[in-house]
Amino acid sequence: MADIATSIPSRRDGETRNWTLQIILALAIILTAAKPILPDFMVRLPEAWIPPTAEALDYFFNVIVIDTLRFNELTRWFAEGPLDFMLGFTANLLEGKHRWPFMEEPLPWSAIAAVAAVVGYYLGGWKMALLAGGTFLWTALMGQWSITMQTLSVLAVAAPMGFAIGLVAGIAAWKWKAFDNAIKPILAIMQTLPFYTYLLPAVIFFKVGPTAGAIATTIYATPPMILMTTIGLKKVSPEIVEAGKMSGASRWQMLTKVFIPSARTEILVGVNQVIMLCLAMVVLTAFIGMPGLGGKLLAMMNSFKLGRSLEIGITIVLVAIMLDQMSKKWVTKLPEHFEKGTPWYVRHKFSVLAVVSFVVFLVLAQFIDILQEVGRRQSLSVGREIDGVIKGFLALDLVQSITYGIRYVLNVWVLIPFRDMLLWIPTPAFILFVVAFAYAVGGKRPAIFAAAFFSLVAFSGWWDRSVITLYSVLAAVFLSMLFGIPLGIFASRSEKWSNRILLACDTAQTFPSFIYLLPAIMLFGITDTTVVLSIVIFTMVPLTRYTIEGLRNVPPEMTEAADMSGATRWQKLINVQMPIAMPTLAVGFNQAIMFAFFMVIIAAFIGTQDLGQELQRTLAGTDLGKNFVLGINVSLMALTFDLAIISWANRRKKALGL
Amino acid sequence: MKTKMILSAAALAVASATASWSAEDSSDPIVIPIHNWSSQIVMSHVVGQMFESMGNNVEFVTTDSQAVYESVRLGDVALELEVWEGAFGASFREALSKGGLHDAGDHNAVTREDWWYPMWTKDACPGLPSWEALNDCAHLFATAETGDKGLFLDGPVDWLKHGKERAEALGLNYVVKNAGSAAALWAHIGAAEADKKPILVFNWTPNFAEAVWPGEFVEFPEWEDGCDTDPSKGPNPDALYDCGNPADGYLKKAAWDGMKDKWPNAYEVLTKISFNNAQIAAMAKLVDIDEYEPEEAAEIWLEENEDVWKDWMPDGSS
Repeated sequence: MADIATSIPSRRDGETRNWTLQIILALAIILTAAKPILPDFMVRLPEAWIPPTAEALDYFFNVIVIDTLRFNELTRWFAEGPLDFMLGFTANLLEGKHRWPFMEEPLPWSAIAAVAAVVGYYLGGWKMALLAGGTFLWTALMGQWSITMQTLSVLAVAAPMGFAIGLVAGIAAWKWKAFDNAIKPILAIMQTLPFYTYLLPAVIFFKVGPTAGAIATTIYATPPMILMTTIGLKKVSPEIVEAGKMSGASRWQMLTKVFIPSARTEILVGVNQVIMLCLAMVVLTAFIGMPGLGGKLLAMMNSFKLGRSLEIGITIVLVAIMLDQMSKKWVTKLPEHFEKGTPWYVRHKFSVLAVVSFVVFLVLAQFIDILQEVGRRQSLSVGREIDGVIKGFLALDLVQSITYGIRYVLNVWVLIPFRDMLLWIPTPAFILFVVAFAYAVGGKRPAIFAAAFFSLVAFSGWWDRSVITLYSVLAAVFLSMLFGIPLGIFASRSEKWSNRILLACDTAQTFPSFIYLLPAIMLFGITDTTVVLSIVIFTMVPLTRYTIEGLRNVPPEMTEAADMSGATRWQKLINVQMPIAMPTLAVGFNQAIMFAFFMVIIAAFIGTQDLGQELQRTLAGTDLGKNFVLGINVSLMALTFDLAIISWANRRKKALGL
Repeated sequence: MKTKMILSAAALAVASATASWSAEDSSDPIVIPIHNWSSQIVMSHVVGQMFESMGNNVEFVTTDSQAVYESVRLGDVALELEVWEGAFGASFREALSKGGLHDAGDHNAVTREDWWYPMWTKDACPGLPSWEALNDCAHLFATAETGDKGLFLDGPVDWLKHGKERAEALGLNYVVKNAGSAAALWAHIGAAEADKKPILVFNWTPNFAEAVWPGEFVEFPEWEDGCDTDPSKGPNPDALYDCGNPADGYLKKAAWDGMKDKWPNAYEVLTKISFNNAQIAAMAKLVDIDEYEPEEAAEIWLEENEDVWKDWMPDGSS
């Protein structure tokens, strides 16, 4: 079975491939071995050769975009006018900020929780009602209501903006091929660009605070919406289109009455993605003055309150899981149809119920203060107790000796030598190694891109830092394969464990990674081990998830055939299940690398010497050019891997006839 | 929700009628920046609540503590209450030279930032706080990665603390590593706390950490002007940064140039405000130790210290 894949493409092709690969590798090795006698410019590009990209970009932004085009006046107008108005409106309703419509008190938490429970019940029965109502109840009882509402008041503006922009751009990309072609590479770069690169321009053009936070969130969350809209519209079947045309629909009617409803599922999946990405930005935008959960979390971490940051983390996870589940239920929920003559309050029974419970709690809150607001003193927060537990655990001798062992072995024997080795390799040889990898995995096209992209990185002048970034990524992805794939294989054996582990994956993915950085530092010190292990927590998620999905989707005929031919469990896994699951696993592997590039930037919070550290520095200033160059470096490296692995997965899928 | 709505303009009209000063403050919100350490957050709320009691409209925005000077300069935020000489002096001076903001007076407080150790370290290395004891104790501060050398954990690189240069200039047998954030410094101290492991980190005062982990600054050769620009200053004639940081740095307030005209009364109050070290520490304690929310902490502080802040307020306003 595994032979199928190796026999493609044709044998002769395979031979030339091998030849080319061997030549590239040989060159790389010779260059590396010859390092001592290489002229300096072959080891690292001399400073003088590095074009002043950052300065040119600075000139572009400062002189052309800002001084000449006065683009910032437009964005500032937007930030201070309509955007500020919308943010002020939601903020007044939810948390009582002094803005139009000048409600004196924000909406009581009990009324919002009640409405959420009703909506949850409508979408997914009691379970959803409990999740939705429970999330808000938890938030209120923990004394986090007002900060959660600050976050939600910004998201309530950012998510619809992302949805609207994504929908329009998606439709445009579907209508005009040229637009589609133009936007595709931009979207690919946007999805790999580190978030710090969104933050600085957001501040410069849209003013520090919730306005910049909302814009950065929107930009970050929009790309999947565009892609999903285009995919959905392309899939609309010609019969439906015919039917629409025959009934004489105008072009506008075709779009709104035929295409968009038919693409409903994909568009709603896009909505789900927008919501999830918005929540991922909650903590990150706190760096540029977004109020709410993220800002509070950073403040708590800066005063070393582990327990309370953990509680905020739980709130973020709960809100994320609630919105995720509700929007997914919405995707599968089909529109209900009623018989003619059904009275309106039956047709709209859930809306009526929602309004009634809202009003009831609104009125009750006038008389019962606790339904309006739970004060900090009344809340159930146990931050200090959790602090004690965490610190007690970390101080256990057993824990300390184990972590010291791990730290010593990983740092001194594995990570630091590996890093030094990568840094030792001369730049051209390094590029050739990467090209060889891309060629072996993905073929010619990815190899050409790899050569171009890594050369650009070399000419950016940030080579060493880029290599250190790549080193953390590679080390982390390797380690997470060691743990994540076996975990996925284990979980895939039973339905029960699959679901449990998948839930753990969801939680790990939405849990703000900043929170475990502090305990990680306490365990492993400010070292490479801490950096790599905190990336591993994040990158294990897609590896485990896609291993489970790949293995569980192996057609049962295949496994039965293996069973009948008397294969052992191990043989079945290695020879039947794994090869078929490989393309899915590759997608997981690719995502793991993308996640690692994302997380390595966050790890700058621990203390690194990579691109993330420099990026974090730029946030404190106005160096748009440098910020952009650093961000693009990360993006270029990530895209190199993305192109190679996806091309491999696609070929493999074709070969397997999937 | 109480259904009664109030119009800010009406409220302001009433409030400013009671103020005895001639000019009136604009009804636009005074935007006060807050950062990620407690004393600054509480102080901002204290001042914000003082402004509110004068009938002003106040809003808070969380910003980066270095980038804030650009925001003050542009008028995006109206003022900054804690300008630390050591940490933000450079950003402040740069913004000052570009124009748009100005110095609104000093607090009656000194700031200091330097190499620091928690008290338990002294048991292991009794020669401290003199810097000359550092080399003898280097092995105590060693970690798995540093070999025989000691580890000094410096602040994030963007704080520009020149720990490496100082270690070299004074011939210290130490590896200097940069933490990625203030939180990483605390985690490092927190991890050492259980075993009372000797550590050396960058720290500053006033700061909540003093209350959580009592400690001392290392006494380096005293700061001389020019120690960072002139090699001949300090004990090592060939090196820069061979002195400790100034032990009595200023703590300033900064204001946007437009604030004076837009909110003259609030501006007047701002220039009079001056907190001392004890008051700042008390503000931080309310949040860091007593676990109040910053807004509540500010209310409590204002209640307990009426005699302090009433003098700064315009006559006739409550």
